[in-house]
This record gives sequence, structure tokens and C-alpha cells, in this order.
Amino acid sequence: MDQLTWTGSAGTVLLPVIQIAVLALALALVAKLIFVLAGLDGPGLPGPDGAATSRAPGAFASLGIRISFFAALAAALLILAAGAVMPTPVEAGILGSMAVRFWPVWLALAATFILSIRFRRRLGLYGKLFDSNVGMIGFAIVMFWVFTAIFADAIITQDPLAQLSGLKNKVPGIAAPESPFGWYLLGGDHLARDVFSRMVMGAREVLKIAPAATLFAFMVGITLGLPAGYFGGRLDTFISFLANLVLAFPVILLFYLLVTPEIRVTGIPIVLAAILFVFPIVFLCVLWNSRYYTDPMKRNLYVGITLVIGLWAYSGLAFNMDPLGVWSMEPNMLNVFVSVVFVNSPGVFRIVRGLVMDIKARDYVAAGQTRGEGSWYIMLWEILPNARGPLIVDFCLRIGYTTILLGTLGFFGLGVSPDSPDWGSTIDDGRKLLNLFPHPALAPALALMSLVLGLNLLADGLREESLKD
Amino acid sequence: MGQFVLRRLGVMLLTALALTFVVFYLTNLQPNLEKLARTEGSVRMTEEAVQDWIEQNGHSGSVLLRYGQWLGVVPGWTYTDEKGQTRGRCMEIGQDPAAAPRYCGLLQGNWGFSTFFKKPVADSLGEKLAATGWLMLAVMLVMVPASLILGVLSGMREGSATDRALSTFSIASTATPEYVSGVVLVALFATAATGISPLLAEYGLIEPKKTLFLASATSAMDDITFWNFALPVLTIALYGIGYIARMTRASMTEVMTQQYIRTARLKGVPFRSVVMKHALRNALIAPFTVIMLQFPWLLNGVVIVESLFNYKGFGWTLVQAASNNDIPLLLACSVVAVIVVLLTQLISDIGYVFLNPRIRLA
Repeated sequence: MDQLTWTGSAGTVLLPVIQIAVLALALALVAKLIFVLAGLDGPGLPGPDGAATSRAPGAFASLGIRISFFAALAAALLILAAGAVMPTPVEAGILGSMAVRFWPVWLALAATFILSIRFRRRLGLYGKLFDSNVGMIGFAIVMFWVFTAIFADAIITQDPLAQLSGLKNKVPGIAAPESPFGWYLLGGDHLARDVFSRMVMGAREVLKIAPAATLFAFMVGITLGLPAGYFGGRLDTFISFLANLVLAFPVILLFYLLVTPEIRVTGIPIVLAAILFVFPIVFLCVLWNSRYYTDPMKRNLYVGITLVIGLWAYSGLAFNMDPLGVWSMEPNMLNVFVSVVFVNSPGVFRIVRGLVMDIKARDYVAAGQTRGEGSWYIMLWEILPNARGPLIVDFCLRIGYTTILLGTLGFFGLGVSPDSPDWGSTIDDGRKLLNLFPHPALAPALALMSLVLGLNLLADGLREESLKD
Repeated sequence: MGQFVLRRLGVMLLTALALTFVVFYLTNLQPNLEKLARTEGSVRMTEEAVQDWIEQNGHSGSVLLRYGQWLGVVPGWTYTDEKGQTRGRCMEIGQDPAAAPRYCGLLQGNWGFSTFFKKPVADSLGEKLAATGWLMLAVMLVMVPASLILGVLSGMREGSATDRALSTFSIASTATPEYVSGVVLVALFATAATGISPLLAEYGLIEPKKTLFLASATSAMDDITFWNFALPVLTIALYGIGYIARMTRASMTEVMTQQYIRTARLKGVPFRSVVMKHALRNALIAPFTVIMLQFPWLLNGVVIVESLFNYKGFGWTLVQAASNNDIPLLLACSVVAVIVVLLTQLISDIGYVFLNPRIRLA
């Protein structure tokens, strides 16, 4: 079997096209820069008879940028698409073969987008996202990785832990006769494992923890931030002091102290988990109680369900003592999870507190107080829904930040099992031989970057759209 | 103003005490001490021997008292063994117990003895901090002008193509943590296998087998050159540039919608001098705070980059101290880190008040 080239047979035609397009793009960018500096950019004033002046040279440069950019993009997409119709991986090339491996992701993405755009007027803020290009691109990137995590088992070309002899640090596209797929699409790493499969599986590792940890941090931040902002006074001073304390800690130092094998012996992670995991239950109970305390039947039902499920999960997650054995978390994972939640919560607390202090001066809050509503009802059902815009935006940004934090943990080899395919520790494994074999570190690095970039773009789109209200 | 600074200093001191106590507590947990005993004594010590070692070296007793000793407000520990020899925190080996000082902690200038470097913490830390200082200086010199220019350019005309292109760049740079950009930059510029170095070598611009930049900054410890320092500096700066640029952009767009800008434009002042004379000064107040608050983030970046590029500065020391369970060194590192963070917060608050005449503190 031959080694794969990057672009396969489609590349022989399309690579020159891309080269020309990129060259044109660079030239147009330089021209645009010169025009901007020379003041030839932007339309001139209309003439005395009101006729518009001819287009400035800068406008032509912009046109050039646009055309060459889209030409390059189209050629690149064609390479991917061509790979999908080629009969064998040799003709499809590495990029084409990867595009084929991701087929469940493309299908799911297409379905999501078609359905969402079709019904976007009925979907609230989520639907409005599809009015903004930036938001759509960000959403597409994020969903790409979410679907990759879901369908990872179908995408990988071989077991991410399997080591095949003779493929140590081999370049991308190397033939691997013993592998079920036949090639290592992105080469082999320092233990002769498939970089591509590890990258795909890494998405699952990252997306298993990051959103959940962020959600927990939000529960903690909201439950503490609402009363701190609403009541103010001593309570606010005290919680704010604690939050600033955690925020003043350099994150890496905190991780080095909190995520070590020794600390598990002392039980500090379990204590932290016991404190932090109680917040979601408290939050939901107060939420139901404040809304339905006039209707005891309903209240008892909702609070009861929350308590039963919440305490069941709580016993399993925090203490690993679930009687039915459904909820459990490895001590390793618990340690990482708790530390990440702990680091993130003060930031959320500060944002919520600021929002509440702003919103509590509004008329509808005063109206609620005059009606004699309870404080918690006002906080949870009047203030919180009105603070949702900035909170949703921050949630997206914070998932990205959590992903970066998890990567940092992996990068320093903290709290993850050595075999774990998560991106941070794969980068750490790859960096030792970085200047000889960059590909094992590069693949997870680019994956992590694209996910965080997607989340940032999504947050930007959401911010733009929520401001339009 | 004076009262404001005093109150802030008070809170700062309290925060510093609380934080160092947390670090002290976490580093002096029982399992850490046992690990220390085994590395300092012998690996094959029995459980009892370990407990004896901990007791004889002043690591037992209340954690508050030990913290006090480290701080220098509680007399240092002493231990007299069966042979009648007395050892203690404040004593050199063989020193007369009566002549030794009673207190020897942080307040007396005693930072302890590093078990990793095998020399006093103060000596080794000073040298490492100097190395990191150069790195920080270079990063600031690159980051601040670059991000301000980017932010002002994109905020000048909101919604223009320039704005969108530069904003995308800023978002991309904030989405790239140091360990990713470091890896990408090394792969692009510092390997003979990929990136542009083989291309340049092919054209004969650089010697074959050489790379454009070095992937290791160890040599920069003695002699900083563009060749070995560019990549670490760029890696740290990139992450910060995007964030500061976005803040600058936000502040610039806000200023550009103000009445006085419109007035100046309608008077016929050229756009360029409106930006330079009227907008810029007002737009740069907010970024100042952001730049100061970037220091704690830089600290993070420094730790990652120094490990990635093997530059033996403060961040590298922190990692070594933490992974080798060097308690005095780790404590000293955290004191430095906490002081840096709190000082920058204070400076940013005070600077904000000075720069913005609209804020008056009674």
C-alpha cells in the first residue's frame, strides 16, 4: 500500500488553483493596506452636480480580496468533496479520506442547519442566531465537535489506544497494514498510536467535562450571586471577599495544589465536591418553591422530584456511594471536575452580582416588591430571566475557557490518566519531540483551537443578536 | 484618595495572608509531608520512621502555629534528640541553641531552604525572577503597542471590512491558549521538518538543517537574541493581544459615537486628526485597566511558555517546586504570584482614578 498524499488526485488540479488564489489574496491585502494608508480608501464626496464619484481604488482591492478568498475557500472545499466521491483513500488523499470518515457529522450538521433555518422564527434567541453569519459559523464549528464526540466510535479508524509496530512518529498518511483502515491518516505518535483516532476520541473526553463543569459553575455562581447582589450588605462583602480570594490565585498554582494524587488521600476533593454539588439542588428547590408555594401540591411534586433525583445523583457523584450504582465518577475525574468548577464559579458570581445590582433598580422589580412577592421569587423569576442574554453569552465563552483550562491540566499532566486521548495531554506528549515530529502535537492543538474559536464566535453572534432586542 | 489606598492596602494584606495560608495548608497536608519525609530521608522508611521524621523536623503540631513560624510571628521549632543535640528552624547545624534567633520567618527575611535547588530560596528565586522579568518586559513591549493599534484601527470605523478582519483576528488570538500557539509557532518556524524553515533552506536563505527560530529558549538565560527569544515572547503576547484589542475596540467605538467627535467631524477636521487628537486619549483609559489586569494572566502564560520552551525562569521554578514537592520554594513562588496579582489590581484601580477625571473618591 502506498503512502497517502494530502490532497490525493483531486489536488493535482486544485492545488495550483489554491496557490494562485492565495497569492492573489496576499497581493490584494497588500494593495488594500497601501490604499488605506495613502487615503485612497472609502468613497469620495459627491461632485457639485450631485453625481457620485467613481469608485476608489480601495474598493477594487476589497473586491479582489473577496474574490480571491472565496476562490481559495471553494477550491479547498472541492478537495474535501472530491475526496468523498473517490473510490479509494489513495485517490482521495488524507484530507478527502478524513472528510469521508466524518460522514455522520456532516449528515447531522446538515439536518441541524436545515431544520433550524426552516423553523428559526419560532425558536427564540436560538433561531435568531441564524441571522448572523458569525454566529452561524461559530455554531457550525461547535456542533461539528459535538457531533464528532457523539459519533466518535464510527469516525475513528482504529482503537485509539492500540499501538502498531513500526509506526512510531511516522508522518501523516503512512500506510498501516495491520490497522483495520489501512492507513494512519494523521500519522503515528511517540507510542505508535493513531493520531487521528486519538484526536477524535479526545473531543469526547473534552466535551464530557467542559460543558458540565461550566454548568455547575453557573449554578454555584447564580445561587450565590443573586442574594449577594440583591441584598448587598455584609453577605455581599463576605462572599465577594471569598470570590476575590479565589480570583487572585494564579490558576496554575491552584491546579498544582488541588489536582495531585496526594490530595485525594486527604479527602479534600470530596469535601469540595460535597459543597459545590449541593448548589444545583438548592438552586432548583428554591426555584420551584418560590414559584409554586401558593400551590402546595405542585410545589411538593416538583421539589420532591428534584430532591429524589438530586440527592441520588449527589450521593453517587460526590461520595461515590450511589446505592444503585448509576451515578459515579472516577476519583481522578472528580478531582479535575471539582477544581475546574471551583476556579470558574467566582467569575460567574461576579457577573451575576453585577447584573443583579443593575437590574434590581428596574420598575418591574419595584412592582414585584409592592405586590409583596418574596425576595427569592423576585430574584429567580423576575431578575434572572432578564439577565439571561449576557449569561448565555458568558456561558459560551466560559465553556471555551474551561476547555482551555482542561487543556492546561492535561498539558501539565495533572489529574488525567496517562493513556487518556484528551487534547491537553496529547499536546503534552507530543511537545517533547516537537521540533522533529510536530504532527502528533499539532492535530490536537488545532482541534482545541478550533473548538474554542467556535465557542467564541458563537458567543459573539449571540451577543450581537441579543443586543438587537 | 489616601483613605481609599489605605483601605485597599488593608484588604490586600488580608487577602495575601489568607492566600498564603491556603497554600501553606495545602502544601503541608499529611500525605505531602510523608512524601517529603521519604524523599529527604529514605524511600524505605517505615510508617513509624516517617512519623518520627515529621515530628523531629518541626512539621507536626498545629498548622496555624507552623504557619506562624513560617511567617515569623511564632518562635521557630526546636527539637532535642536523645544525644542532647538540639536542632531547630532557626539554627545552623552545630550552632549553639542559645545564640540562635527565636524568630526566623518571612518577616525576618528567611524564605527557607529549597530542597530542589539545594540552596536558600531567596537566592535562587531572585535569579529566576530576573529571567522572567526580561521575558515579561519583552512581552509587554510587543503586546501593548500591537493590541492598542489593532483595537484603535478596528474601532475607528465600526463595521467596516478592516474592523471585521481585525476583530476576527482578535477572537482567534483569544481562542488560542499558549500551549496551542506555542506548538503551532514551533511547527511553523522552528522545525527543520515542516513549516517555512525547509522552504527557506531550499531557497538558500538560511543554512540547511537550521531553523528560522529556536524552539528552545534555554540559551536566552545567558544571552537574549532575536533568534532564541522571539517565539516565547510571541506565544505569550498573542493570547493577550486579542483580549486587549477587543477591549480597546469597544472603548474606541464608544468614543467615536460621542457628540464631540461628531462636532469635530462637522467642523471639517480631517478624520485622521479627529482620531489622533480627539478620540485616542479618551479611548485609552479603559484599556489601561485591562492591561494592568493582564498581569495575572501573563503569569499563567509564563508558566506554560517557560515549560514549553525550557526557559528557566519563575514559571519553570513554580512547576519544578510543585512537582518535586519543594514546600518552601512553592510557598515563596505563591507569595510572589499573589503579590504581583494584588499589586496590579491596586495599580489599575488607582490608575483608573487618576486617568478618569470623572471619578472622584471622597
